[in-house]
Amino acid sequence: MNAMTGGILEIAEELSGAEPLRREAPSGAPPVRARRRRTLGLGEPLAFGPLLGPGLLLLYWSVFSYAGLLDPRILPAPWATLATARDLIADGRLPANLAVSAVRAAEGLVFGVAAGLAVALVSGLSRLGGYVFDSLVQMKRAIPTLALIPLVILWLGIGEPMKVTVIALSVFVPVYLQTHAALRGTELKYLELAETLNLGRWRFLRDVVLPGALPGFMLGLRFAVMAAWLALVVVEQLNATSGIGYMIDLARTYAQTDVIVVGLVVYALLGLGSDAAVRFAEARLIGWRRTLAQ
Amino acid sequence: MTAVVRVRNLKRTFTLKGVLNGVDLDIARGEFVALLGRSGSGKSTLLRAIADLDNEARGSGEIDAPANIAVVFQHARLLPWKRVLENVTLGLTGGDVRARGQRALEEVELGDRASAWPYELSGGEQQRVALARSLVREPDLLLADEPFGALDALTRIRMHALVRRLVERHKPAALLVTHDVEEAIELADRVVLLEGGRIAAELVLPPTPAERAAAFVALRRRLLGLLGVTDDLIAAGPP
Repeated sequence: MNAMTGGILEIAEELSGAEPLRREAPSGAPPVRARRRRTLGLGEPLAFGPLLGPGLLLLYWSVFSYAGLLDPRILPAPWATLATARDLIADGRLPANLAVSAVRAAEGLVFGVAAGLAVALVSGLSRLGGYVFDSLVQMKRAIPTLALIPLVILWLGIGEPMKVTVIALSVFVPVYLQTHAALRGTELKYLELAETLNLGRWRFLRDVVLPGALPGFMLGLRFAVMAAWLALVVVEQLNATSGIGYMIDLARTYAQTDVIVVGLVVYALLGLGSDAAVRFAEARLIGWRRTLAQ
Repeated sequence: MTAVVRVRNLKRTFTLKGVLNGVDLDIARGEFVALLGRSGSGKSTLLRAIADLDNEARGSGEIDAPANIAVVFQHARLLPWKRVLENVTLGLTGGDVRARGQRALEEVELGDRASAWPYELSGGEQQRVALARSLVREPDLLLADEPFGALDALTRIRMHALVRRLVERHKPAALLVTHDVEEAIELADRVVLLEGGRIAAELVLPPTPAERAAAFVALRRRLLGLLGVTDDLIAAGPP
């Protein structure tokens, strides 16, 4: 190939004769226009651009608090909230409650993802499995998980099993939906390829269907992580005696707005952090894909 | 001459497109046949029937074809989630799979791209990987469905040279579906012209490159004429 490239270039030179090809305009011609700048795109990305919105919010909050326009009972100043957070960490209440919440969310996530993945595999990879499970999951999807809480409490009581079950139920649906859609979305052209290569069923699944469905599963996982935190917030305000939600609920009883705000910020950080972790794993696992985001 | 492929009175209908209307075709061991025809003439349908990829088609007739068939599609169909070497060795069994794959990649001059992702390759390179994936299986029959249709003219010329070399070395029977008359003359031993689902003409090409080059203009005119492109159409230029 490389030898041929050289050959073609040589011929091109012979054909063009003694005159070398000229790029610059001959003297007297109008000046060459400057290279056009792209005007229709979004412009250059900034390194810490995504922090601009939260930064502005913090700025408003600080200015209004400092000017005395915000009643601390409505919303305490950022520095007061920070001091409260420091106290909560120092006396061990925040770490202890955070640990309880994290374990709850993780347990629900593990059970929910495992169940969602297993049912999606059965339902996505076999015609019969789809007939048995898909409609059922679609029905489950139509019922908000929170509406199932009364039933789950009657079955499991108000202890940890109930909380983990509710979280797992919320996690199950997005993992199932995205994985099932990705498995069923295997492109026909790859099926034909596998047939012409005489791949057996197991190899077809392992080398074609499952890796092709991985991006769909990872998307489901991102929804699932968020769903886990959402469900956690709800179950921790139901008869809980520990956890971030319990800490917030207790603070409401004593009108400690600053503790409530600390709890909410912790929820936000947990959500953002876990989503970033899943996206990081996604980027590592799916290096073969080139997307707009990269 | 023993036929590797024997097609007898093949008929195919689809609900949407592509009809074969009684096709007979033999391809001998080591023979390179170009299947030429306009869009909708049924040439891809015939190739897919021989490749056993037409299970939703209705029809009748007989096809004898070897079990070990390799297909090169118009687009390379590399699995995006497998590196180049793993795409080549996909589905192979045995101990020296990687070495065989690497040798096949070297044959298509991509030995140094074994660990690249498909998206890192150009269209021509991807198609060469697809070629390596076919050849590493040492097929008795190589089927190619407009494999160079999506490539630019320069890359296509290089691919022709490469394919000629590889086919000479491995000697599979080959069936190339194309609508490019020059490509057919360049590569094939025999050109079969399909028209309305029937074989309308067959032309055995001169065996040596020198004879073929000498007859090129006449062959091209004859085949274009059979496809309905006549001299006055060419002379008149684009409308």
